[in-house]
Amino acid sequence: MSVSVVVVSHSPKVAEGAADMARQMVGEGVKLAWTGGDPDGGLGTDVAAIVAAIESVWSPDGVAVLVDLGGAETNAEMAIEQIDEHKRDLVVICNAPIVEGAVIAATEASGGSSLAAVRDAAEDFYG
Amino acid sequence: MDQQTREHLVRGVSAVVSDHAEELTALDRAIGDGDHGINLKRGFDAVAAELPALAAKPLPEMLKTIGTTLVMKVGGASGPLFGTFFLELAKNLPPEPDRAALVQATAKAAAAVKARGRSEPGQKTLLDVLFPVQAVLEAGGSGDAVKAEAAAAAERTVPLLATRGRASFLGERSVGHMDPGARSSSLIIAAVVDALAAQETRR
Repeated sequence: MSVSVVVVSHSPKVAEGAADMARQMVGEGVKLAWTGGDPDGGLGTDVAAIVAAIESVWSPDGVAVLVDLGGAETNAEMAIEQIDEHKRDLVVICNAPIVEGAVIAATEASGGSSLAAVRDAAEDFYG
Repeated sequence: MDQQTREHLVRGVSAVVSDHAEELTALDRAIGDGDHGINLKRGFDAVAAELPALAAKPLPEMLKTIGTTLVMKVGGASGPLFGTFFLELAKNLPPEPDRAALVQATAKAAAAVKARGRSEPGQKTLLDVLFPVQAVLEAGGSGDAVKAEAAAAAERTVPLLATRGRASFLGERSVGHMDPGARSSSLIIAAVVDALAAQETRR
């Protein structure tokens, strides 16, 4: 197992594209999920969809979440609060740019690093 | 609080959001991403769609359902912020609140929104309405005084520089525009005051 990565953008295209770039680095070695768009399919974020994305790649090693703008972060926080309390502490939001963060987090995760190390790698990318 | 009042509350708030959706979106186009009215309307339409079953619930359960619906349906930062306000009210209000309970619960709700947004009053957000209105409530202000303060507080966001939320990306260009979240909060507060006043006159 390894840490999984979830990408949450206001735009489904951005989320999918960032996840694609991460996938190119790590192949099938890391579970990746992406979500984007509001409940009507417009630009925005959807708490239920974020919960589903996290659940879909759940790993006992943890899940690193990358977000793009404030609303995505706040909605991701709400989503994490709705996850089973035994799992909740193993989901972290990385304070990192979404594309670079997703690629670095996935790469770090593919080496078998801990959740904390994955988050640090994403957050320290720009020093 | 009787079921009719709860229904009036939900209808009043949903209607005011719906009636002002275009205005809120226009405000958000000026200093944000132009979806505040659309997003909030989506949330409150979903709330109104739960009537009359929603109003049949005791007040705390009704508020919890409203908060959850807003979090799930709004799709922008407003969802968790407005949703948190209702969820926190639900946690702290008894089914039959008196004024003291209301003051205490709204104080906790405003604090919860502040924590959720990691922001402070003065940053050109809905907090710049919630906190002044809370002060009027605590001072024993009438419904009319609450409404007047809500409107005035929203107006006072016009000259502020946004330092939190999407408007903060604009820096100085955020000055001179009313904050959309402050406006929608003031509208919702006014609708609540009106619904509660209507209950008083029915007695």
